[in-house]
Amino acid sequence: MEVTLEARAMTRRFGAVEALAGLSFAVKEGELYGLVGPDGAGKTTAIRALAGLIDLDGGEARVLGVDPADGGPAVRESLGLMPQQYSLYRDLSVQENLRFFSRLYVLPRAVYRERARRLLSITRLDRFLDRRADALSGGMYKKLALACALLHQPRVLLLDEPTNGVDPVSRRELWALLHEFVQGGMTVLVSTPYMDEAERCDRVGLVHRGRLLLEGAPGELLRDAALKSFEELFVSRIGEEAA
Amino acid sequence: MTDGPSIEAVGLTRRFGDFTAVDRVFFEVSRGEIFGYLGANGAGKSTTIRMLTGLLTPTSGEARVAGYDVATSPESVKASIGYMSQKFSLYLDLPVWENLLFFGGAYGLWGDALKVRAGEILELTGLVDFRGATTGSLPGGIRQRLALGCAILHRPGVVFLDEPTAGVDPVARRRFWKLIRELSAAGTTVFVTTHYLDEAEYCRRIGLMADGRLVALDTPAALKRAWVPDRVLVARGRNLLVAAAALAARPGVAAAEPFGAGLHVRVSPDRWDAASVRAALGAAGASDVQVEEAEPSLEDVFLAVVGRPQTAPVEAGP
Repeated sequence: MEVTLEARAMTRRFGAVEALAGLSFAVKEGELYGLVGPDGAGKTTAIRALAGLIDLDGGEARVLGVDPADGGPAVRESLGLMPQQYSLYRDLSVQENLRFFSRLYVLPRAVYRERARRLLSITRLDRFLDRRADALSGGMYKKLALACALLHQPRVLLLDEPTNGVDPVSRRELWALLHEFVQGGMTVLVSTPYMDEAERCDRVGLVHRGRLLLEGAPGELLRDAALKSFEELFVSRIGEEAA
Repeated sequence: MTDGPSIEAVGLTRRFGDFTAVDRVFFEVSRGEIFGYLGANGAGKSTTIRMLTGLLTPTSGEARVAGYDVATSPESVKASIGYMSQKFSLYLDLPVWENLLFFGGAYGLWGDALKVRAGEILELTGLVDFRGATTGSLPGGIRQRLALGCAILHRPGVVFLDEPTAGVDPVARRRFWKLIRELSAAGTTVFVTTHYLDEAEYCRRIGLMADGRLVALDTPAALKRAWVPDRVLVARGRNLLVAAAALAARPGVAAAEPFGAGLHVRVSPDRWDAASVRAALGAAGASDVQVEEAEPSLEDVFLAVVGRPQTAPVEAGP
């Protein structure tokens, strides 16, 4: 299978903080790959590097074989990103934000209508169509950002903690939707602080202090470690260090 | 503090225009209780908390917190409670110790009494070693314990925690909850919202909100009995995922979903038991299958209470 996203020994320092300390991983075409790790592990920096938004001190990021920072329109058109915060127009309503993004992506009207209906239903934002983005609760804002990112179904999607603060029913439904997209051929890289969500990925990388500690299919990682949940695995590998 | 309940909501209602965010909610929370308030995003949890903390006036109905009416004595309510939210506000460029002194000062503590109390909080939250560290340089889990410490400096009888552990790793979450249980054991009433249903298990009672209404209120065990009539089984083995789809399509099977290294299966107890589920998974291609009965999880309850059939909103198009 072709490699769609690749981090090659990425390093990046912010002042005294070493955010990436030689992080390497590869996401194959059509794979749902989860980056799991505590706050400050380097997940967001890794995603930003793969989106071409920051320069690396060392190593390389590759999207569809090219450097995302100077990949031009080819990369930009096939890459979707949901950043962790502040990606929406706060003075526009739920519906207006969705419409704005659909126009940006030049979606045909019928396609927009069907996708928006589905996404609004799954995110349970259908009761709040006219509410301004800045009046949404944290979890609802997240859901709207995710709905906007999912409107145009890019070939490669980067999601930075898309479900943080989102309620359990919507989280479940959003994961089902991601699986559907992946079955349709999309490649997805997702970071999450929810350990039970690590178990829903095809493969996961456990990141700690800017490095990859462990990588593999979640079921196999658990079997190898003879543990029942990813939460136990996390605690056994990172333990008190993280707290 | 009066002898009555720490928190009492009587027909508490809040409307914004023609939208009813909280609709005639009734409950009581007794002293020292850990009370969990759950619901989907937008169900009315935050609006309820804003009314109970004296930040938002109810449209109708009443609430008393720590003996004070939230509508007529909001300032007394605010002085009697501690509040910590997901977006807790600490000064990131100050050391831990100075954040404690600052928030203590804001609550009216001063002089030696403030220093003694701030020292107690460092002990209680396990932050003695971080006293001089710049707050912004600390991991999220440590900042979160500091935020809780700042919220209880003035010894409030009631603490409101609005998604206090969002985005925090499992080790830090466990430590945080140990602290919550200690507070509760010492008599502090804790009102907490969370989207981590494993945490909700620590609550003595749980209220579940849906579309502005409180639709269920009981202990975790009683909620499971009342809302999840299915038999819950956990299956382990090989090639389970393929077999799961086949099992899920059989009559009387409510769900067969990946859960950890195994499968979480919910079936009608009239039609299925562990042995027949094991046989069905085997027939569908799984091998080395073991099936055990399990207790329903609060996620099963949440799905049963809050999960609604998907409705199709009318959308005008761009």
